[in-house]
Amino acid sequence: MNQTRPQTGHDLVLDVRDLCTHLGSRNRPVRAVDGVDLRLHHGETFVLVGESGCGKSMIALSTMRLLPPSGRVVDGEVVLNGRSLLDLPEVEMRRERGGRIGMIFQEPMTSLNPVMTAGRQVAEAVRLHDPQHAADPRARVVELFRQVGIPDPARRVDEYPHQLSGGMKQRVMIAMALAGRPDVLIADEPTTALDVTIQAQVLQLLRDLQRETGMAILLITHDLGVVAEMADRVGVMYAGQMVEVGAVDDFFRQPRHPYSRKLFRSLPDASKRNQGLDIIKGMVPPLDREFTLCRFRDRCEAARELCGGGPPPWQGETEDGYRCHLGVDDIHLEQAVLPVTRDPVENGGRPLMQATGLKVHFPIRKGVLRRTVGHVKAVDGLDMALHAGRTLALVGESGCGKTTVGKALLQLLRPTGGSVDFDGTELTQLKGEPLRRLRRSFQIIFQDPASSMNPRMLVGDIVAEGMRAQGIGGDRNAQRARVAELLGQVGLPADAVQRYPHEFSGGQRQRIAIARALAVDPRLIVCDEPTSALDVSVQAQVLNLLKELQAALDLSYLFITHNIAVVAYLADEVAVMYLGRIVEQGPVGRILNAPAHPYTEALLASVPVPDPARHREVLRLEGDMPSPANPPAGCHFHERCPKAEPRCREAYPPTVALDETHRVACWLHQE
Amino acid sequence: MMPFQPVVLATDALIYLLVLLAGSLAWYTRRHAHLRAPWRRVARSRTAMGSLVVIALYVLIGLLDTLHYRPASGEDGNGQARYASEVMSVLDLIATPLREHSEKTYSAPFATHLYARETIELPGGGQVRDFPRLKWGGAHLADPDADRGADLLIRVLGGVVLGGTAWLLSLAVALRRRGHRWRRWWRDPAIGPLRSAAWAGLAVLVLLGLTLTLAGAYHVLGTDKVGEDVFYQSLKSIRTGLVIGTLTTLVMLPAAILLGIMAGYFRGWVDDVIQYLYTTLSSVPGVLLIAAAVLIMQIYMSNHQDEFNSLTERADLRLLFLCVILGVTSWTSLCRLLRGETLKLRQLEYVQAAQAFGVGHFTTLMRHILPNVMHIVLIVVVLDFSGLVLAEAVLSYINIGVDPNTNSWGNMINSARLELAREPVVWWSLLAAFVFMFVLVLAANLFADVVRDAFDPRLRERT
Repeated sequence: MNQTRPQTGHDLVLDVRDLCTHLGSRNRPVRAVDGVDLRLHHGETFVLVGESGCGKSMIALSTMRLLPPSGRVVDGEVVLNGRSLLDLPEVEMRRERGGRIGMIFQEPMTSLNPVMTAGRQVAEAVRLHDPQHAADPRARVVELFRQVGIPDPARRVDEYPHQLSGGMKQRVMIAMALAGRPDVLIADEPTTALDVTIQAQVLQLLRDLQRETGMAILLITHDLGVVAEMADRVGVMYAGQMVEVGAVDDFFRQPRHPYSRKLFRSLPDASKRNQGLDIIKGMVPPLDREFTLCRFRDRCEAARELCGGGPPPWQGETEDGYRCHLGVDDIHLEQAVLPVTRDPVENGGRPLMQATGLKVHFPIRKGVLRRTVGHVKAVDGLDMALHAGRTLALVGESGCGKTTVGKALLQLLRPTGGSVDFDGTELTQLKGEPLRRLRRSFQIIFQDPASSMNPRMLVGDIVAEGMRAQGIGGDRNAQRARVAELLGQVGLPADAVQRYPHEFSGGQRQRIAIARALAVDPRLIVCDEPTSALDVSVQAQVLNLLKELQAALDLSYLFITHNIAVVAYLADEVAVMYLGRIVEQGPVGRILNAPAHPYTEALLASVPVPDPARHREVLRLEGDMPSPANPPAGCHFHERCPKAEPRCREAYPPTVALDETHRVACWLHQE
Repeated sequence: MMPFQPVVLATDALIYLLVLLAGSLAWYTRRHAHLRAPWRRVARSRTAMGSLVVIALYVLIGLLDTLHYRPASGEDGNGQARYASEVMSVLDLIATPLREHSEKTYSAPFATHLYARETIELPGGGQVRDFPRLKWGGAHLADPDADRGADLLIRVLGGVVLGGTAWLLSLAVALRRRGHRWRRWWRDPAIGPLRSAAWAGLAVLVLLGLTLTLAGAYHVLGTDKVGEDVFYQSLKSIRTGLVIGTLTTLVMLPAAILLGIMAGYFRGWVDDVIQYLYTTLSSVPGVLLIAAAVLIMQIYMSNHQDEFNSLTERADLRLLFLCVILGVTSWTSLCRLLRGETLKLRQLEYVQAAQAFGVGHFTTLMRHILPNVMHIVLIVVVLDFSGLVLAEAVLSYINIGVDPNTNSWGNMINSARLELAREPVVWWSLLAAFVFMFVLVLAANLFADVVRDAFDPRLRERT
C-alpha cells in the first residue's frame, strides 16, 4: 500500500453510520436508505445484496455524494479513513472521489464519452488524482490498462469506446477507478450488463486487483451467485434497511433473517424441477412513509404477535447480526410449495416445430449507393426440433443470435434461408392471410415487460388484442369474459382490465404479457428471456406460472435465456448456441452434468453458483465473442477454445450424434 | 325576411372544422387518463394559466371576426330581401363606431387634431394653414387643449372601475359556484395557477373597460394614412394571425403525420420515396416557393375576376392559399421528427407482439404508433404556431403575404414602413402591430413551453 496514507490505528477504511437518504419532495419523502450501518475493512470485499429498489445503489451514491438532484442525506455519517465525507466542501470531495474512493457503474456502454479515446479518459483521471504522473500520464495509463488485463494496451489507449467490447469498456472503467489508487472501490452491479463468460473475467480481475493493492471493495449485486463467489462479508438489504450482515460462509450455511431464507428458497435449480418454487407473497411496501413495525411482517410466514410490537431490534454485532424480533431457532418457514406434476412427455413422434438449415443474414450496406458489402450472419444454418408439451432452452451469450432465432421461427423476421416446419406447414413460404391465421398457434413473450405493452392502452384491450386480430373469442362480451378468465389464470385481480400497464409492477406486467399470449390459445410460446429483467422472488412467481400453464395446457416452450439455473429448473432439452450456430444439443441432465462441447463446459463453469463451498474447477474463457459479420475460419470457437487443435482452424466440424438425443459439433468428438 | 344573410367563407369553414376537432379532442382527452394527466400538469402551471387567458381573449376576438354575414339593405320589388355586397363580421358590428369613425389622414393616439397641416377656411373668410380638428377623435370636447387631460383621466378611471367591478363580480360568482371562501382563495397554494388566471383576467377586463370608455371617443392608437382607426385594424388583424397560425397546421398535419409514420413503419422503398420527397421540398428556399405560388394565384384571380362575389371573398381565398403553401413548406420538419420516432417505436416489443398476433399494418399504425407519437405532434403544433404568426408578418412585409385588402399585422407594418422616414415620424401603426403580435406570440410561446414540458416523457422522469 501507499505509505503516505495516514494510519488510522486499525484497519477500518469506510464507516457508514446510521445513514438516512431521502428522495423526492420534503413533505412526503421516499426513505430510500433508512438508518444503515456499514463497515468496510482494509482488503475485504463487502457485498450488498437485495432486490431492485431496496436502496443499495443509494448507499453507494450517498457515500460518493453523487445523489440525483432530488436526493439528499438527512442523517448519519460517512467516514473514510477518519475523514467525514459528508462534511467536506465540494472541492475537497472532488479530490476524494476518484482519489481514495473509486466507483464503477453497471452500464459500461454509457459511462464512457464516445468522442474521446479510452486512453485520454483514463489519463484525465490520472492527471487529477496522481500528481506523480500528471505531467505525462501516458505511461501510467498503459500500465493501468495492462493491470486491468486489456491485451495490447499500448494500442488500445488510442481506441475509441465504440471500438471496444462491453467487457473491455468495463475494464477501462475499472482502470479509471484505479487511477487514483483508491482505498475503497465501490462497484455498483459491475457485471449485470455483461455475459457470464465476461462476468467471470471481470470478477476474477477485481479479485486479482484486490490482492495486489489491498483495496476494500463494496460490491453491489442482486445475484446470490456473485455473492458466493466474491464476498468476504454480506449485507442483505430490504426496503431501505440492512436486515442481515454476516460472514459469507455463515450466511450461505444458515441465513438468519426470514427474508434471506426465502430468497434462497425462491432460487430455481435442478433439484426443484418437480415442484413449484417458493415465493414471497405480496410486494415490497412503498417507502414514502414512516414504519413503526417490521417492514417484512406482512410478507413473512414466520411472523407472530411479537412482531406487532414496534420496529424489530438488531440482534448481534454491527458486523454480524440481523434485524428481527425472533431468535434464529424461532423462525419457522413452512415448506408451502406445491408439487407441479407433469406427465413426462416422450420425445418421440413428429416434432411440433422443426427448423432445418435456418439462416438469417442482415446485409451490411455502405456508401452512397447503399451497396451490400457483407452480411451479419446472425443465424447461420441452424437445425432444431421442438416437441409438443416440452420445453427447449436455447442458451448462449448475448449477440450469439438466440433472439433472432426466436423471431425467425415465428416469421417476425423473415429467414434468409432454410425451412421452418410447424405441424406440417412450411412457414417460410407462407404469406398474407394464411400466415396471419396461423399466428394464433405460436406466440412470444418478451424480456422487458415495460416495452412489450403499449402504454396508451388499457390492460383489457392489450389482452384482447390477439383475439380481436384473429377474430376469435366470440362477441365483445364473450371476449371480455375470456379476458377476465385469463387475468384470473395468471393471478391478477379482475379490475386490472380498466387500468394502464404502468400501474403494475414488473412481475405483474410479465403476467399480463403471458395472459395476452394465452388469449389466442397458442400451442407454442417463445419465451425470450422472460425473467431476466425481474428480481429473484418475482422470477420465481413467473417461472411457477409458466410451469403450471404448461402442465394445464400442454404448451411447448422455446425458452431463450442465459440463466443456467432457470434452464436447469424448467427445460427438458437444451440447445447451446455460439455465433449463430448450435454447438451442442441434448437432454438437460446430460448437457448440464456432462457437457461435450468445450464452449458448453466453459459457459457452465462461468456461472457463479450460490454456494461458496462449491468452487468448481474453473475453466475461464479468454477474449470476447468474435463478430458475426466476420466469423473466424474453421470452428467459430477455436480462437477462445482451450482445447483447440490444428484441424479446428481448418473447417467447421460436422454435427455428430453422441447418442439418440445428444448431438455436438466439435472435432474432439469426431471418432 | 331575415335582417342578415350568413356567409361562410372558405377559411370560416375550416375554422369551424378546427373548433369541432378541438372540441372532440378535448372530449376524447377527458375520457383517457393518460391524456388527461399531462393536461393536468399544464393546468398546474401559473405561466400556462396566465397565458391561456390572454390566448383565450385573442381566440374570442378571432372567432367573433369569423362569424360573417351580409346585412339587409332593403327589399327588391318582390318583397325579397336584398343584401349588401359587403361582407361584415360580428366583430365589425360590435366595433361599428371604430369602423365608421374614419378621419382624413394620420392622427396620433388620443389626438384631437390631424397630424398634417391643412388649409382651413376661417368662418370670417380668409384661410389659414393649421392642424384641423378631427371629425371624431375628441370631437365632444369644447376646448380640446384645456379639457382633454381631465376628460382622459375620468375615462381612464371609469374604465378601470368598470373592468375591476366586472372582475370582482365574476370572481364572486365563480367562487360561489365552487364553494370557496375568499380567504382560502387568497392563500391556498393549491389554487395558485387559478389565481394567476384570475390576475390575467383582471388585466383583460380592465383593458376591455378602458376600450369601452376610451375607444369610442378617441382614436386610442391613432389613425393611418387614409384615416382608418389603427386600433380597429389591429383587432381585425387578430383573425388573420390566428388563421395563419392554426389553419396552416391543420393543412399540413394529415400529410406530415401520415407520411412520417408510414416512412418510419414500412421502411424500404416507401421510406425512400417519402424521404426524397421531403428532402427535395425542404431544399427549395421557402420564400421562393411561396412567392411563385402567390404570383400564380394572383394571375389566376385577375383572369377569373367574375368567379368571386366580393373583394372579401377574394382576399379570403388568398389567405387560405397562403396557409396551404405555408403548410406545404413546413410539414417536412414534423414529418422527419415523426419518422425518427416511428423508427424507434416499431422496434419496440409491443409492436412486434401485435405483429405476432397477425394484427394488420393499418391497425398497428393507428393503435400502436399514432397514439405514441401524438405528444410530438402536439408539441410541434404549439411551437410552430408563434413561428407562423411571425412568418405572416414577414411575408406580407415583402408583399407576398395576404391580400393588401386584408387587415393583418404584416400589412400594417408594410404600410407603416414608408412613414418611418417622415418627419415627425408616424410610429403608432408599427407599435400597435408590434404590441398585438408580441403579446400573442409571447403568450403562445410561454404556453408552448409548459405544454412541451408536460408532454415530454424524458422531462417527466426527472421530476
